[in-house]
Amino acid sequence: MQRTLYDKLWDSHIVEQQEDGNCLIYIDRQIIHEVTSPQAFEGLANAGRSLAQPAAMLAVPDHNVPTGPDRATAINAEDSQIQLDTLEKNCETFGVDYIPMMDVRQGIVHIVGPEQGFTLPGMTIVCGDSHTSTHGAFGALAFGIGTSEVEHVMATQTLILKRQKNMRIDVDGTLGQGVSAKDIALAIIGEIGTAGGTGHVIEFTGSAIRSLSMEGRMTLCNMSIEAGARSGIIAPDQVTFDYVMGRPQSPKGAGFEQAVSYWKTLPTDDGATYDKEIFLKAEDIIPQVTWGTSPQDVLPITGSVPSANGDAGIERALDYMGLEPGQKLQDVKIDRVFVGSCTNGRIEDVRAVADVVKGRKVADHVTAWVVPGSGLVKAQAEDEGLDQILIDAGFDWREPGCSMCLAMNADKLGPQERCASTSNRNFEGRQGPKGRTHLMSPAMAAAAAITGHLTDVREL
Amino acid sequence: MDKFIRLSAVAAPLPMSNIDTDMIIPQQFLKTIKRTGLGLGKHAFTNIRYHDDGTERADFVLNQPAYRAAEILVTGENFGCGSSREHAPWALKDFGIKCIIAPSFADIFYGNCFKNGLLPIILPQDTIDLLMDDAGRGANAIITVDLEKQEISGPDGGVVSFEIDPYRRHCLLNGLDDIGLTLQKKDVIKDYEAKTRLSQPWLFKD
Repeated sequence: MQRTLYDKLWDSHIVEQQEDGNCLIYIDRQIIHEVTSPQAFEGLANAGRSLAQPAAMLAVPDHNVPTGPDRATAINAEDSQIQLDTLEKNCETFGVDYIPMMDVRQGIVHIVGPEQGFTLPGMTIVCGDSHTSTHGAFGALAFGIGTSEVEHVMATQTLILKRQKNMRIDVDGTLGQGVSAKDIALAIIGEIGTAGGTGHVIEFTGSAIRSLSMEGRMTLCNMSIEAGARSGIIAPDQVTFDYVMGRPQSPKGAGFEQAVSYWKTLPTDDGATYDKEIFLKAEDIIPQVTWGTSPQDVLPITGSVPSANGDAGIERALDYMGLEPGQKLQDVKIDRVFVGSCTNGRIEDVRAVADVVKGRKVADHVTAWVVPGSGLVKAQAEDEGLDQILIDAGFDWREPGCSMCLAMNADKLGPQERCASTSNRNFEGRQGPKGRTHLMSPAMAAAAAITGHLTDVREL
Repeated sequence: MDKFIRLSAVAAPLPMSNIDTDMIIPQQFLKTIKRTGLGLGKHAFTNIRYHDDGTERADFVLNQPAYRAAEILVTGENFGCGSSREHAPWALKDFGIKCIIAPSFADIFYGNCFKNGLLPIILPQDTIDLLMDDAGRGANAIITVDLEKQEISGPDGGVVSFEIDPYRRHCLLNGLDDIGLTLQKKDVIKDYEAKTRLSQPWLFKD
């Protein structure tokens, strides 16, 4: 029987299959952060339970950390500081590997896991964060869970799950200049909607996907949840193995060779079937921007704001976003630029921004930030001299964290402020109460920073 | 966990699609380290429930006298999409909601409900439309949800049945803590680990 990548990942992690179709699934790795773990630790302690596999966990603070230059001495909001302190204390009490805020390895959970080799192909990986789908880029079954499930994994190293359906999204061909993984992700969500992948695991296939770097693959899998799929996966190949090799926690020497030979068995068998298939041509994808308050409210940058035609949802979105039907997207003026997040906070993203803004200046009325996804991304960018290019252009070059992606820290939009953002969600209030978010790629955000309005980076 | 067996309560109509968990409970209320006693209920739906000055918006259904004590929500498709925050079901539960009826739910939110004694029910859109009409009748809109029989009865006595995963139903009916249940399978888990340590030794760091 021919199996898909997902079938193989699922089958290899079944501890026990119940008669009703539910399975006890083994979880190889759990990453935790300060927002969704304290209640799980509390539940564990209250029930007098211990961690099943402390070595299978990694903790790093990201949602609440300050990203300004003085972060060591920054006065954080009291409630944020309590969450950070609680994470550190819990890790000490329960013996979990913890990366502190001032460690160069600190960063956003979904950037740190892969960097450290904590994320490997063939694994099951969970985190109390919906963007855990990011790790699927390695051919791992990775998905976000709620805090009760975090506790379940802590206590048992398993979850009770039902097999999901297989969906394949194939993107064939060559991406045009100025088009990136983020544009693929947004184009897919525009095509299938934010519930299009519900109940499915999406496998991304096709030559355009194969030619993406690991950074691009992570961006794409990260946004699977915005298409409704808890997990997005890409079969591991030489690009994957090259990225994984030599990472601090990846296997070494003969162990690595043994692992690679196993990982090579994971790709979908010829002739395996999917429950749903979608085909896109890379050449048809042009830079995307969102206009509304859901990631599916997305259009090519050459488009215009749609008319509501009596649709209450669109009317509400246009009112919230302060846009008029028929307005050209390229005429929409912005106030802020945010480059960062677990979607686009990696070295390739910083390079893409530097490439666009080199020798140019951020528009006078725009405040533009680049927030690297981890201390290691920051260090590498500085080694490459990218920080200076950004600073010379007028960008604020900040310390790593989730920052303005979800505004749980001091970084947020003011009411009605309009932001060109490389993050993943444009929900109402996501980047700050009444803030207005337009999602796009790093190159597109960089172009908007320079001109001060939404801009087709291909024409800059 | 609280049991859910049978509920007769006011149902509030919230006919919006794609209500995300940021809308159910915004990020500024996630800065807690506790699960209970959070008072999250008063912040549920903050952005559509209150004006900027903190006063209630009369147009939001749960602010209207007939629905202030609603325990059932009838809503649109893809309810609970976005963030995995379990604070969303915590906030709904703290408000008093015990059952949500929609044409579809986002996967993570759907699973989180069951962990907190909340019953999410999926029904076809045309059935939802009828229930939305029922719910529109204010305080007279008493709907009865019977998990044992897997049936919903409307105020006029009409009955519709619903599907639900038998294991999840069992846990809700009995208020079971599934961590306790899984821990009873410790030996099977240990066997799996021993087997995997041999075939994929790189997965184990200790």
